[in-house]
Amino acid sequence: MTPSLRIQDLHYAYPDGSVALTGVDLTVGAGERVALLGPNGAGKTTLVLHLNGILHGGGGTVEIAGARVDPRDRAAVAEIRRRVGIVFQDPDDQLFMPTVAEDVAFGPANLGVRGPELAARVDEALAAVDMSDVRDQVPHHLSFGQRRRVAVATVLAMRPEILVLDEPSSNLDPASRRELAEVLQGLPVTVLMVTHDLPYALQLCPRSVILDAGRIVADGPTPDLLADRELLHAHRLELPFGFDPAAARPAGN
Amino acid sequence: MGAGHTSVLHLDHDSPVHRLPAEAKIVAMVLYTVVVVVTPRAEFAAFAGYALLIVAAAAAARIRPGWLARRATIELPFVLLAVALPFAGHGERVTWLGMSLSVDGLYGAWNIAAKGTLGVLASLVLAGTTTMRDLIGGLDRLHCPVVFTQIATFMLRYLDILVDDARRMRIARLSRGYDPRFLWQVKAFAISIGALFLRAFERGERVYLAMLSRGYTGRLPRPDRAPVTAGQWAAAALLPATAAGIAVVTVLQ
Repeated sequence: MTPSLRIQDLHYAYPDGSVALTGVDLTVGAGERVALLGPNGAGKTTLVLHLNGILHGGGGTVEIAGARVDPRDRAAVAEIRRRVGIVFQDPDDQLFMPTVAEDVAFGPANLGVRGPELAARVDEALAAVDMSDVRDQVPHHLSFGQRRRVAVATVLAMRPEILVLDEPSSNLDPASRRELAEVLQGLPVTVLMVTHDLPYALQLCPRSVILDAGRIVADGPTPDLLADRELLHAHRLELPFGFDPAAARPAGN
Repeated sequence: MGAGHTSVLHLDHDSPVHRLPAEAKIVAMVLYTVVVVVTPRAEFAAFAGYALLIVAAAAAARIRPGWLARRATIELPFVLLAVALPFAGHGERVTWLGMSLSVDGLYGAWNIAAKGTLGVLASLVLAGTTTMRDLIGGLDRLHCPVVFTQIATFMLRYLDILVDDARRMRIARLSRGYDPRFLWQVKAFAISIGALFLRAFERGERVYLAMLSRGYTGRLPRPDRAPVTAGQWAAAALLPATAAGIAVVTVLQ
C-alpha cells in the first residue's frame, strides 16, 4: 500500500540564512497515527509547511499518497492541499469566515464543490467533531476548545488523506483535551500530530518520531521513546511532573 | 445567515424592511440619497416630503424614533460647520435677534443640515435593518470590487479579536501601575499601539498561510442564495421612486 506521506532528504534554510531542516527522512503509512515530537525551534512547523508546498526550494522530496509535492505545478498543488489537512495551532488563524458553517465550506468550495454536495460536506465534517449545533454561530463566540474542534472540521470537509495537527492540545482545559482526543481517535484518516505534549502523544499515537536541529533523531513506538529518559533529555523533551509512561495505557492497546 | 454579530447599529428584530435582500436596500438607499442631494436647496416642500418618506420607512422597519435620533447625532460635527455659514457668508443680509446674517449663508447652512440629516437617516435605516454580514454580501452581489468586500469581511471577523487584544494589553499595563496623567506618559500607550499593529500584521500572515493550506486562490466562495425577485426590487424601489416623484413635481411647479 502507498504510504500517506513519504519525505526524503528534505533540507530547508530560511531566506535570512537560518537553517531549519537538514535532511529529514520520514515515512508514514496509510491509517497510521504518528506524533512528531521536538523542542521549540526544532523545525516542526517548517516541516509541516513543506507538506503542502507552502515552503519549498531546499533539497529533497515530499510525496503525499504517491503524488510528489511540486509547487510549480499549480493544479497538482491544489490536489496536494486537498490531501493534506493542516490544523494550525491558533484556531483564530484558521477560522476567518463570519460563521462556522461558511468557514467549514471554505476549503471544499475552493475545490469546486457547490450546492447540496457542499452542504452535505459541511454537515458531515461538523458531525465528525460533534459541533453540528454551532454551525450558524460566529467563531469568536465559541470556547477555545470548540474553536479547535471546528478548525479540525474545516480540514475534514476537504476529505484529506492525512491530517496534520500543530500542537492540538495547547491551551485546552482537561475536558476539551479529552474531547478532542476522542474525536481524533474516531477519525479514519492518517494523522501526523506535532506536539511537545508527551502524554497526549502516548494517548493518541502508537508511533513517535523526534525532530531536533532539523533532522529526525529517533523513530519508534511511543512507549519506548518516552521510557528512554536520556534520549528525551538530550532533545529537551520532558514528561510532566509525576507522569509515568509505563503506568499509562498507551494508544492502540 | 443569522450571524449573531452584536452591533450598535443593527436592530435584531423582524420587519418587512429587514426581510428585503441587502442589495435591494443598498441600491434604494444610494438612489434616495442621490435624489436628496440633487434637489435644489430652496425646494422646502420637497425636503418635507423626503423626511416623511424616511419616517415611513423607519416605521415600516419598526425602528423607534428615539433610536434613530440618538444615532443621528453622529452628523453633529459636520452640521456645526454649517452654523458658521450665515455669519461668514457674503451678499444680501437680514437682521434677526440683533444679528446680521447672510441670506446666502442661511440657505447654505440649511442645505447642509437638511441633506446631511436625510442622508444619515437613510443610512441608519439601512444599517438598522441589515447585518454587517448581509451588507458585505449585498455589496459583493452588486459587483463591488472583491478587494473591498474581502477587506470588510476580514475586518468584521478580526475586529473583535483585535479589540480583545487591546483590552488585555491595557489591563496588563494597568496591573503594572501604569496610570498616565500627563502627555509625556503616553509613551507606553503608543508602544502598545505599535505592538498591536505588529500582532495584527503577524496574524494576517498566519491567516493567509492557513487559507492557502485550504486551497485559497484569491477568491472567497460566494454563499448560494436565491436571486432578488422583481417584487423585492419593486418594494425597495418605493423609497427612491417616490422621492424622485416628489423632486420632479416640486421642481416643475
